[in-house]
Amino acid sequence: MVKVEAIVRPQRIDEVKAALDDIGVTGMTVTEVRGTGAQKGYTQQYRGAEYTVNLLQKVKVEIVVSDADTDRVVKAIIGAARTGEIGDGKIFLTPVLDAIRIRTEERGEDAL
Amino acid sequence: MKRVVGVWSGLGRVAGGVLALAVSAAGAWAQEATEAAPAIDAGNTAWILVSAALVLLMTPGLALFYGGMVRGKNVLNMLMQSFVAMAIVSVLWAVAGYSLAFAKANPFIGSFEWVGLSGVTDAPDDFYATTIPHNLFMVFQMMFAIITPALISGAVAERMKFSAYVVFIAIWSLIVYAPMAHMVWGEGGYLATLGALDFAGGTVVHILSGISALVLAIVLGKRKLSAHEDTRPHNLPMTLIGTGLLWVGWFGFNAGSAVAADGLSANAFVSTHLAAASAAFAWMAIEWVAYKKPTALGFATGAVAGLVAITPAAGFVGPLPAIIMGFGVSFLSFFAIKLKAKLGYDDTLDVFGVHCVGGIFGALATGLFAQSRINPGLLAPEGGPEINGLFFGGGIELLGKQAVGVLIAVVFGAVMTFLIASVLKLVMGGIRASDEEEGVGLDLTLHGEEAYNSPSSVVEAAHRGGMSHGAAPIGAAAVSATPVAEAP
Repeated sequence: MVKVEAIVRPQRIDEVKAALDDIGVTGMTVTEVRGTGAQKGYTQQYRGAEYTVNLLQKVKVEIVVSDADTDRVVKAIIGAARTGEIGDGKIFLTPVLDAIRIRTEERGEDAL
Repeated sequence: MKRVVGVWSGLGRVAGGVLALAVSAAGAWAQEATEAAPAIDAGNTAWILVSAALVLLMTPGLALFYGGMVRGKNVLNMLMQSFVAMAIVSVLWAVAGYSLAFAKANPFIGSFEWVGLSGVTDAPDDFYATTIPHNLFMVFQMMFAIITPALISGAVAERMKFSAYVVFIAIWSLIVYAPMAHMVWGEGGYLATLGALDFAGGTVVHILSGISALVLAIVLGKRKLSAHEDTRPHNLPMTLIGTGLLWVGWFGFNAGSAVAADGLSANAFVSTHLAAASAAFAWMAIEWVAYKKPTALGFATGAVAGLVAITPAAGFVGPLPAIIMGFGVSFLSFFAIKLKAKLGYDDTLDVFGVHCVGGIFGALATGLFAQSRINPGLLAPEGGPEINGLFFGGGIELLGKQAVGVLIAVVFGAVMTFLIASVLKLVMGGIRASDEEEGVGLDLTLHGEEAYNSPSSVVEAAHRGGMSHGAAPIGAAAVSATPVAEAP
């Protein structure tokens, strides 16, 4: 099993979710996050006092999928999240040791 | 206000004339009755009742205006600094404040004649309230006395001990605001007799609170901010709601200061609105050019600056000068706010830059733009020459008197605030919140409340064993609310 961790633009999250729905991904965890990367930041003025905002708002989508589904999921996310501009985000893949459904105690891919 | 001596009596004559005309149409027998005693005018009374309520609404408006600009951990404290003035100053005004401000005595402070409002009844007063109940005039003035010390709170935001603030505004309203109001508006007041004009409180309310705010902020010291601390406003929509309430309430403040529902109050209404509009636009435009973005905060700041500037002038200037004053004050205050960074004082929400600088500009501009055509009280008051501003053929004389008013307000406000704050520092064990209280936030540490229950506070509550009533030391728990280590 693989955990797909995608950091995407907030304004693309609805599209990402729809794309994942389309390929049958039923479970995901979505978090509002802030981070910094190649996009750098921007400055704001409050009565002339300047604030540089480096930590930009992003949305993190976490999905655990079977090894076989990984490429399809990654492609779906890329297709929905990409604008071509700096700041589209990143996807991280990590191996997952096990998964347990709390209600039934099923384990492994059965728990996904 | 038309309470400027001379201006006052002039207007009295005009109003009396109108009244006599109306009555003569009704019958000759009534004419004798008019001359016997001043009568309450229903229209005037209705408008001042509404105006008093409008002016009171400005204080919650100010609370929101300021509250949105501080950080979320201090917003309740900021709101309370305005609201508590409604409680404290109201009572003090009835007990002694009104008497010290308005009872006739000497040129600098009122007597104790009206202490506890004795003698202040629903009958008219032949100097202050010729056509409305005296107690209505008193309560209308009370609303001004409430918002003035509350204005100061913006300068000391996010770090002042609430107890010290409460004591400060109580003393300040009695020994700073009341004497200043007496000098400007009181019967026989020094500036009133001199002929300095202040229609609705540019000097008494804005210059006085603005300079006091600066001095108190300096005595209090800067906030303890780390080098990169994020001090951005936490809720600008709240600030804009406050701006709207202030703008609407200001019609009571300025148009109500005619103490009548007449042409003069309509003029004040028009000039107030136009100054606010042009100042809001000007500030937005300046930022658009300087920072490439027209900010909501800039718009709100400009609107308030325009309202401040027109306050002393509202019943003396025409619509075009009002528009010019609105533009002028935004340019001036925009740059005045930048002084803060250069000089290093921490006037958190720019009370000095907006209210003191804007008030001074408004007071002096009154000396430029005042026209006897707008205010019949300026037509040969007490048999003297007609009064006009420098730009309307009146020469430099009025401008000079306005400058004297500005000078007195600045010096008096600065000295008195310094004295009160210094004494309170000694007797109250300091007037600042502790560094820890400031760091955690004044809402939780001084008031035991939080404005917003964020998800993270739910987690904190779970760590504390849920919400408890009474016994749990909420403040203490939050102070140590660092992430709790996971159990192995």
